[in-house]
Amino acid sequence: MNQIVRNVGFLLLSSSLLVGCGDNASQDTESQKASESTEQAQTNKLDKEVQSYKEFASDQLDQFVVETEAFVEAVKAGDVEKAKELYAPARMYFERSEPIAESFGDLDPRIDARLADVKEEGQGEEQWSGYHKIEKGLWEEGTTKGYEEVADQLLKDVKELRAKVETVEVTPDLMITGAVDLLNEVSTSKITGEEEIYSHTDLYDFKANVEGAEKIFEIFKPKLQEKDAQLVKTLEENFKTLNGLLAKHEDGKGGFVSFEKLTKEDTKALSEAVDHLGEPLSQMAIVVE
Amino acid sequence: MNNQEEKSILQKEVSRRDVLKIAGIGGAGVILGASGLTGALTAFGANPFIDDDQTAANKVKFYGKHQPGILTKSPEHVYFVSLNCTAKSKKELKEMFQLWTNYSVRLMNGQVVEPYTENKLLPAGDTGEATGLDASHLTLTFGVGPSLFEKKELGLQHMKPKELADLPHFPKDQLDPNYVGGDICIQACADDPQVAFHAVRNLVRAARGKVTMRWSQTGFNSYEMKKKKKQTPRNLFAFKDGSGNPNVDDAKAMNEVVWVQPGESKSWLTGGTYLVARRIQMHLETWDRTALTEQEATFGRHRDSGAPLGKTGEFDDMELDRKENGQPVVPVTSHVHLAKQVKDRMLRRSFSYSDGINPNTGAFDAGLLFLSFQKHPKQFINIQNSFGRTDKLNEYITHRGSALFACFPGVKKGSYLGAELFS
Repeated sequence: MNQIVRNVGFLLLSSSLLVGCGDNASQDTESQKASESTEQAQTNKLDKEVQSYKEFASDQLDQFVVETEAFVEAVKAGDVEKAKELYAPARMYFERSEPIAESFGDLDPRIDARLADVKEEGQGEEQWSGYHKIEKGLWEEGTTKGYEEVADQLLKDVKELRAKVETVEVTPDLMITGAVDLLNEVSTSKITGEEEIYSHTDLYDFKANVEGAEKIFEIFKPKLQEKDAQLVKTLEENFKTLNGLLAKHEDGKGGFVSFEKLTKEDTKALSEAVDHLGEPLSQMAIVVE
Repeated sequence: MNNQEEKSILQKEVSRRDVLKIAGIGGAGVILGASGLTGALTAFGANPFIDDDQTAANKVKFYGKHQPGILTKSPEHVYFVSLNCTAKSKKELKEMFQLWTNYSVRLMNGQVVEPYTENKLLPAGDTGEATGLDASHLTLTFGVGPSLFEKKELGLQHMKPKELADLPHFPKDQLDPNYVGGDICIQACADDPQVAFHAVRNLVRAARGKVTMRWSQTGFNSYEMKKKKKQTPRNLFAFKDGSGNPNVDDAKAMNEVVWVQPGESKSWLTGGTYLVARRIQMHLETWDRTALTEQEATFGRHRDSGAPLGKTGEFDDMELDRKENGQPVVPVTSHVHLAKQVKDRMLRRSFSYSDGINPNTGAFDAGLLFLSFQKHPKQFINIQNSFGRTDKLNEYITHRGSALFACFPGVKKGSYLGAELFS
């Protein structure tokens, strides 16, 4: 109990820092030190987990570079069918490691922006780049013509992303927030079919986001097991349910059917399964306690 | 903040008003949190017994012979939700209701549903939008629908009362599947719509995986005050709704009309009641171009006073046989005449709703969330059948939603919602 009391006191102190009661500078500095040392302690405790996640993300982005190279090659060779085939599976490596990829505010949109995102920023189609721009060419216009430069730039951006990943400071906080964010991504854009409006390959992204969240859970699992075995059981069951629902929409060739094939009942069932999973997933934060 | 104050936050149930007081002391927001909501779901045994806090402001008691929110007078706002049950076993369902029992007492005390934790990486255990608001006469009422008993995995088939069956199709029904049925219902009533919503939101959140949301409807009532007494509320047709209700303070009448008596149904329902929910669209545009005399002839009452036609007091005897120039004063096709010619009675507790604009017609999407309580569904069925095709009100309304639920008896201290059904 004493420990808890002390921590609550600390939280009150540090939250007063957030609202900027700036006239007591020495106290602020002290609580900042306290805050840093607490975070340091947490990170140390979960060093192994953080390291595994870094390795996972690096590996995913290595493969993202390889697959993007193949995709870009097909685009530049004018092979529409080949490019279409490579498009969705390549993107999955990116979607799985989104908590890390997102850390770069400029690169993420250059690779992954939808036309709607660009327009929201008050920009025109000429500022648009990346995967979704080529997606439009492939599915809506049935061509790769005129997209060669976009493809070159895409590969450059993806390589830059891979190089920069080494500089990301991975923390347990990033992992916990990232897992929930991956599911939130699914809830807000994948389940509505707004991510892949030309190719309708949203289920690939969906699956990859879920796999990304599940990876983080897998990494924390041994520690979680010690703290709350029931939570582990619930999460395992809920991942299984969601993956089972997704499996119903596999195309039998290692991929997924078009999002347009899904009925209202299908998307509702998927959406509810994501919510069932998201609530206990947010409780993973007990791992830092 | 001194040590004593810190301790009191962690050890006591925390009222939502205290949250602000404490925050004031700390100079900023206090972290609320819960360690393992899912853990709580399966570990009710470890949860402490939570009692009604009689000192809480604007508080309705949770524990008692009957559930709250049935005889509780003059509700102002409702959030009614119908749920699908996805629990895989009776044990899971029972644990959910045990957790809901604890949460309900806290919510009706004006407390946060989960106490504080120190881990700021966790989402808060209480969603927080009722912070600073008191209990606001919140009542929570729970019921189960016929479809719940058909789920083999729950093993409740033999517990289903005969009369707990989907309501029959009535003449002129135009039911929208989006507003029909349900395995479980929660009726949350409060003086404040945000308090009612907060209650349902937190109950559903804590039960994710055990339930999914099927349909919901909000509603409101406003009360004219006379001599500090709330008068019968008006529906959106401007007529008083509920004048003919039996007196909720008359225990004998309530036992005759509302509460299931021993031997009248399955024993788990003794002290419980049946809730009928109907979402009734009211065609305000056509009503508003109808002459006042015609409107009054439709209901069988005077609009402003609520009195039976030809009389002056709201509670004057209806005297259906009265005639003038050989014609009945209260038309035989009027809503009240058709209702009163049946012997059955029920306790109505309805709310108006306003849900924006119907995209197909450009008209108001507004009407009545009709809720009634009776010890047997046939009381409602007989009255509704009496309206049949003759009711003059049919021209102005359409029934769009329908559901029937059996509401548990009240919860004894130390027990939980539905204990008689699940144990």
